[in-house]
Amino acid sequence: MDIFMILAEAARSAVGPIAAIYALAAVGLNLHFGYTGLLNFGQVGFMLVGAYGVGISVAVFDLPVAVGFLVGLGCAVVLALLLGIPTLRLRADYLAITTIAAAEVLRLVYRAGFAEPLTKGVYGLQNLSSGFREVNPFDAGGRYGVGAITFTGNQMWLMTVTWGLVALFLLITWLLIHSPWGRVIKGIREDEDAVRSLGKNVFAYKMQALVLGGLIGALAGAMLAVHQGAIQPDQFKPQVTFFLWVILLLGGAGRVFGPVLGSMAFWFLMSFTDGFLKGLGREGLLPFLSGPDYGAIQLAFAGLMLVLLIVFRPQGLIGDRKEMLINVK
Amino acid sequence: MSSDEVDTSAAVDVDRMADALPEPGSSKSDPILVADDVKRSFGGLTAVDVNHLEVQRGTITALIGPNGAGKSTFFNLLTGFDRVDGGRWTFEGQRINGRRGHQVARAGMVRTFQLTKALTRMTVLDNMLLGAQGQLGERMAGAFLRPLWRSQERANTERAMELLERFKLIDKRQDMAGSLSGGQRKLLEMARALMTDPSMIMLDEPMAGVNPALVQSLLQHITSLRDEGKTVLFVEHDMDVIMGISDWIVVLAQGQVIAEGRPSDIRSDQQVIDAYLGAQEVEGESGESGDE
Ligand SMILES: Nc1ncnc2c1ncn2[C@@H]1O[C@H](COP(=O)(O)OP(=O)(O)O)[C@@H](O)[C@H]1O
Ligand SMILES: [Mg+2]
Repeated sequence: MDIFMILAEAARSAVGPIAAIYALAAVGLNLHFGYTGLLNFGQVGFMLVGAYGVGISVAVFDLPVAVGFLVGLGCAVVLALLLGIPTLRLRADYLAITTIAAAEVLRLVYRAGFAEPLTKGVYGLQNLSSGFREVNPFDAGGRYGVGAITFTGNQMWLMTVTWGLVALFLLITWLLIHSPWGRVIKGIREDEDAVRSLGKNVFAYKMQALVLGGLIGALAGAMLAVHQGAIQPDQFKPQVTFFLWVILLLGGAGRVFGPVLGSMAFWFLMSFTDGFLKGLGREGLLPFLSGPDYGAIQLAFAGLMLVLLIVFRPQGLIGDRKEMLINVK
Repeated sequence: MSSDEVDTSAAVDVDRMADALPEPGSSKSDPILVADDVKRSFGGLTAVDVNHLEVQRGTITALIGPNGAGKSTFFNLLTGFDRVDGGRWTFEGQRINGRRGHQVARAGMVRTFQLTKALTRMTVLDNMLLGAQGQLGERMAGAFLRPLWRSQERANTERAMELLERFKLIDKRQDMAGSLSGGQRKLLEMARALMTDPSMIMLDEPMAGVNPALVQSLLQHITSLRDEGKTVLFVEHDMDVIMGISDWIVVLAQGQVIAEGRPSDIRSDQQVIDAYLGAQEVEGESGESGDE
């Protein structure tokens, strides 16, 4: 087993397209939960509508990929309004229940028989990347990178755009959070009645945060569609939202850079576990496991990571422990 | 509590109540708040059932009554934090029943909570700044245009510092509100409410849990608010405090106004003594207490 190769592959995952896409989706979740205190357990639903905005526009209607992005963003706004209008006036847990259910309902609707003319049901949609790759300034066939960590030109293009979007939304988050608007949403996170008693329209602020975070999630989904070139409903399972929460808590909720560090650390560790298990398997050290079991162990590992995190570093990698431990009465 | 000190601050012998009669539902010469038939029940329990109440502008009015009398519920209803079963009320001549909490606050009627709501993971100064009204930077688009709100922010910070100075919290301005003591949180909540520049402030048990050394200065804040022309409606249990600073006292029992009057009227009102003091004894036996 070549531990160096495993580490190199893990490092590659930490900066790769998937880490970038998850970081982007987690930036949206950070706005929801980290700053506004909204319990969104359905961020994957926003990713789904973003991905299918691209998928349906490109594969079914033959529209340019840019139109697909706009369609996805439009769907995210509609979804946020549908989720928010009935629940944001109620206690926080209603949004939690609604989002987790809505994301699953969306997945089931997109894979259902009656939706097949648009979504192609369980078969999903293909050939989604060409429009994006046409404007690729990198050499599609070339390899870029240092040492053992290299990417194709297409991957480089996707990473450039996705990490660029991450940077853009980090900047936007930073500007918002360091403004009076950010002060209001942090106040809502602490105690929305207090903020309401000071004359702020709490519902409107929560809605704004929900829509903006949802838009960012949809962008992440759209990038996933062009990255993979093919999408199908069953990749948008609740597990994705769970990963996003691990990423957010790992990095530090309510910290601007939390989602980025969290995503990089998360995908580094996931790739490392995977490589390590496979390495052990090849050496014949795991006779009681077969290949497919590795995925389950990897998932269990993600859960374990979350547990250890909450026990030893509840504030995340870059959170403020003092702030975290303040007696929230 | 040295009640004579309290007395001196209130001893300016103007009767701010003009010739209001000491009876439930009595009309006032210049009411800022008028409430009619305000009802709220929880299941079978009628928590609030106020037929008519007027609060005189520019006075300190105390709302008293045994625990469970419906004082906090009445506050919640008037300020849009709870839904009424029925009733109408006007503030400064405008109908405000049916308005939401933030709209009532914007109209100039601001309340604090019995269970203090400090925004714990924010600094004391940020808590204060949240109270400022009409901030351009609080709009999402405005947030990106720092030059648009920089001067406003500076002016608000200045005003917040003045209030923090007055409430002796100035040294804590950069501390997290969650690190304050219970009494300091009460002070912060009151100062924060004042940041909204209300014309009427409603304080739900502002003295509960406040260190006796601070009570005096809190009382002075309340009287100086009135002297600046603001109207104060407050819930309190300490009889010395109530008698000392109130211009008018409203007694609530089982959701109804059972008596109203100047402190001297209330002190001698047999019905109040029976309802209030009697209930307090019962309360003492059942071991119930406020949540300080
Ligand atoms: N949300 C609620 N649900 C059920 N009962 C309530 C609720 N809020 C208040 N009550 C009841 O209404 C009555 C009045 O309560 P409250 O207004 O808090 O009294 P006070 O502030 O005068 O002590 C009490 O009997 C209380 O138990
Ligand atoms: Mg009460």
